[in-house]
Amino acid sequence: MGEAIVITSGKGGVGKTTTTANLGTALAILGKRVCLVDTDIGLRNLDVVLGLENRIIYDLVDVVEGRCTVQKALVKDKRFDHYLYLLPAAQTSDKSAVNPAQMKQLIEELKQEYDYVLIDCPAGIEQGYRNAVAGADEAIVVTTPEVSAVRDADRIIGLLEAEEHVKPPRLIINRIRSHMVKNGDMLDVDEIISHLSIELLGIIADDENVIKASNRGEPIVLDPNSKASIAFRNIARRILGESVPLPPLEEEEKGLFSKIRKIFSLK
Amino acid sequence: MNVVAKQKQQYVTIKGTKDGLTLHLDDRCSYDDLLKEIEERLVKQAGVAPDSPLVSVHLKMGNRYLTPAQEEEVRALIRRSKNLVVDSIESNVMSKAEAIEWMRKTEIVPVSRIVRSGQVLHVEGDLLLIGDVNPGGTVIAGGNIFILGALRGIAHAGYAGNKQAIIAASVMKPMQLRIGDIMSRAPDSKTDEGNEMECAYIDEHNQIVVDRLQLLMHLRPNLTRLERRM
Ligand SMILES: Nc1ncnc2c1ncn2[C@@H]1O[C@H](COP(=O)(O)OP(=O)(O)OP(=O)(O)O)[C@@H](O)[C@H]1O
Ligand SMILES: [Mg+2]
Repeated sequence: MGEAIVITSGKGGVGKTTTTANLGTALAILGKRVCLVDTDIGLRNLDVVLGLENRIIYDLVDVVEGRCTVQKALVKDKRFDHYLYLLPAAQTSDKSAVNPAQMKQLIEELKQEYDYVLIDCPAGIEQGYRNAVAGADEAIVVTTPEVSAVRDADRIIGLLEAEEHVKPPRLIINRIRSHMVKNGDMLDVDEIISHLSIELLGIIADDENVIKASNRGEPIVLDPNSKASIAFRNIARRILGESVPLPPLEEEEKGLFSKIRKIFSLK
Repeated sequence: MNVVAKQKQQYVTIKGTKDGLTLHLDDRCSYDDLLKEIEERLVKQAGVAPDSPLVSVHLKMGNRYLTPAQEEEVRALIRRSKNLVVDSIESNVMSKAEAIEWMRKTEIVPVSRIVRSGQVLHVEGDLLLIGDVNPGGTVIAGGNIFILGALRGIAHAGYAGNKQAIIAASVMKPMQLRIGDIMSRAPDSKTDEGNEMECAYIDEHNQIVVDRLQLLMHLRPNLTRLERRM
């Protein structure tokens, strides 16, 4: 029996879909059978990021309303043999087309088949959020180093902590720009962690290759060299229970001057 | 202004003070006898001009317990005297229900958690929070608020009107502070320093001030005493 993990954030556009696609792909590469579920009904785009949009025939609402079986609606990602599947969201309905009880049942069914069911949650805390969380055993909260995103993450963490069937949520900080953090123009990782007080699962740099890869329909984890790719693969290994140390953030700052600045703790 | 009356026994002793009349009521006679005497001595008293100003009356019941209904009855009776109105009723005894209510309002409620954005934590007595209040989170207490952690959200102490209440936090960086019905917004500066171990209270100008925690023992000597708010 697999595990269902919801990827959520509160605030929109912080990287839930990107995270879902990349962690799913990374887990599949690591030999796990993975099913991705897009619950952003009406605004689906997980299929686009994975490059699978042309292959969709049925969707989540079709399954819930009994027009087809789950198996029939799942889109197989051919690049990964039979390891990675997507259950796409409906584009024509809205979030009220599905209710939490139906979602719970659906996720339960998928967990029988797959090692990991990753649920891409829509932004917000309304019905779409409740649907996405209903069947989850674990939760990953994605935030960016912005005050408003952290505030919404805090709100979501509070809601998740109240869900008895969900383990304590873990955090991914996305789109860190080390030079902005250094200049004090962005919240730094320690600040965010001390604020949210939850376990940190990983940090992903802001990397334009992420956007390029998404536009090509090829998750960034397929690029062996980009920093974001390494970060996503490390997170996947942490999900599997390996202890992978967090790499130091400021990789560029290796010069003598920066060391001296550190010693004297200058900002 | 002692009322002179020659009776076999006096159940009601009347004293004039600068805030009106204080009535010491015998606590061993029957309730009915007490009412009868109040009526005779205060209500049936002649010679009060109909437009004379109201005088407030303080009742000292001694060891007699009055039910809420009886309190109402006594108030109504005295009110019939044209110019007297009951201001307070004091008794040495309280019912079990009142004692529990009083305890609920004065006890310290320890809570260990983080109050996150959008969450509200509400207690009747004093709140001892072991954890943070994050921005957008709210804590409300009937009494004082003590936070072993960072206050970054909203804290409202003495919400039912207790202006003596205080708010203390290990790290004081609130969005908003309220004590009783007084409110104060966070200062606009965004400095990170100098916010450790502070407390907020209402000063003599009826404004909330934030200052060193150590001042509290002088400002609020009764802070930890049981008798407060009795
Ligand atoms: N680490 C990153 N570096 C650069 N761009 C990123 C990164 N992560 C995400 N993005 C870009 O940010 C945009 C929003 O990402 P994404 O769609 O994953 O967010 P989302 O949280 O799913 O949004 P929504 O709330 O609308 O569902 C996309 O264009 C994506 O390519
Ligand atoms: Mg999305």
